[in-house]
Amino acid sequence: MARRTPGGGGGLNGIAPEEVLINLLAELIGPARHVAVGAASPIPAAAALLARERHGTRVTLLHSRRHNGFTDGSRELFDLAGQGRIDVFFLGGVQIDGRANVNLVGTGDYPRMERRFPGSFGSAYLYYVVPRVILFREEHSPRSLVERVAFVSAPGTSAAELYRPGGPSHLLTSLAAFGFDRQAGRFRLEAHAVGTSVPAIEAATGFVFDVAPDVAVFGTPSEATLATLRGPVAAALAESYPVFAARVFATMASAAASA
Amino acid sequence: MGTAMLRSLEALAEALPDGALVGVPADYSGVPMALTMALLRRRTRGLRLFCLPTGHLQVDVLIGAGAVAEVETSAVSLGEFGLAPCFSRACEHSEVVVRDSTCPAMHAQLTATERGVPFMPMRGLIGSDVLAHRPDWRVVDNPLSDGGDPLVLLPAIKLDVAVFHAPFADEEGNVWIGRRRELATLAHAAERSLVTVEAIRPGSIFEREGTAAGGLSALYVEAIAVAAKGAAPLGLGDVYGVDAAALGAYAKAARTREGFRQWLDARLAAVAA
Repeated sequence: MARRTPGGGGGLNGIAPEEVLINLLAELIGPARHVAVGAASPIPAAAALLARERHGTRVTLLHSRRHNGFTDGSRELFDLAGQGRIDVFFLGGVQIDGRANVNLVGTGDYPRMERRFPGSFGSAYLYYVVPRVILFREEHSPRSLVERVAFVSAPGTSAAELYRPGGPSHLLTSLAAFGFDRQAGRFRLEAHAVGTSVPAIEAATGFVFDVAPDVAVFGTPSEATLATLRGPVAAALAESYPVFAARVFATMASAAASA
Repeated sequence: MGTAMLRSLEALAEALPDGALVGVPADYSGVPMALTMALLRRRTRGLRLFCLPTGHLQVDVLIGAGAVAEVETSAVSLGEFGLAPCFSRACEHSEVVVRDSTCPAMHAQLTATERGVPFMPMRGLIGSDVLAHRPDWRVVDNPLSDGGDPLVLLPAIKLDVAVFHAPFADEEGNVWIGRRRELATLAHAAERSLVTVEAIRPGSIFEREGTAAGGLSALYVEAIAVAAKGAAPLGLGDVYGVDAAALGAYAKAARTREGFRQWLDARLAAVAA
């Protein structure tokens, strides 16, 4: 992650935790040309829409009608990615391990798993071809961030000879932001949430990671960013995520207005 | 329309044999839920589902009702409404055979059939457990390179039947699918397509460019049934939205086998009444 001075300050009063994460993800996106966001991802979708407001980034929300210009069916996403026309994509996972392997299939021994989750979706392709894949998982625990995933939906790294223009760039959780070094195949802690610490992050993480010399504290969104989030971003997001948009943005906006 | 193409919903369900390899659309494409319930009323069994590229309520309900032997998919979930309870339970108890895939592979295997070629090559996949569990997929060295460029070949898959729901068909049996072109892929790759629509419109959708661009020719379609709100409680483009209350109620009920059974019995009784 590019080092940025934590902005705003003044703690989290009047700012939803989701707004902090959206702001952080938007910083990680930076001035990309085109960001695509998959299903059931309101926070990454809001971050992409915030990047659009800031940089004019093109945004494709797969489950939107209005914010989705694909006319060749859902395969167009993968065709675009293969052509190099998607700069940033987000992946989550039941488990993520220290080598950035992602597991979206389940826990226990495959195929009869202890707990079966939906499946790999497009990860086994997009992780290889999208230049910057940002891993996002709100839960930060030894259960979600493990030493070794039970099933590799998509590997974090590949042999140098393999055709692989894409891969993981960062991992953001509710507690921490890590950069990923593709050569070393290791995460590096770059920032953490207010009220936690490097030792606490180590205790909550199932894998070993490096620590940046100058670990930052999560920045809070500025007043201008909050106005953008609660205005045009909330309006655009409401088509695909009406419940989320109402819960997070409308609630925070009305609280701010009455304060 | 050639009246030979127009059937009742029940007749359409009868035309889909037990054990068929059936292509089904994703939740945003026009899911034939009314036809799915008709299949369950006629106690369809042994279906092999091929999801393009993911499954949602339809797949979960069919699995929960015991109508599915195998499912090939990149994922089955209820999206914002959480995990697909019957799918997860069936996997955890080995009650259904699952072939895990990834979205572009699901598309590519049908694209190979569309093009009439035996396989499609695909990037990615190498080093994943998805590939490791697919003995039917093959890693080869790119024959057009100087070596050292492995890539995966995915065999063409021909579906026995494609089923989907669309806003309308015309009198000639041409179906308007709008931008949901993956439905055309399903139809191209299937021996037979059984389609439900909200309505039949007079004339031909190919008379005007505005509707022609979203059309699927009747030559791919075997039979059509009219089913108003035929995708509900899922949505259909800009025709109607997702019924969030109904999906939330399903997600909650299906957490247990008994809850699912009660949900299913109530649905079947309501439709029959």
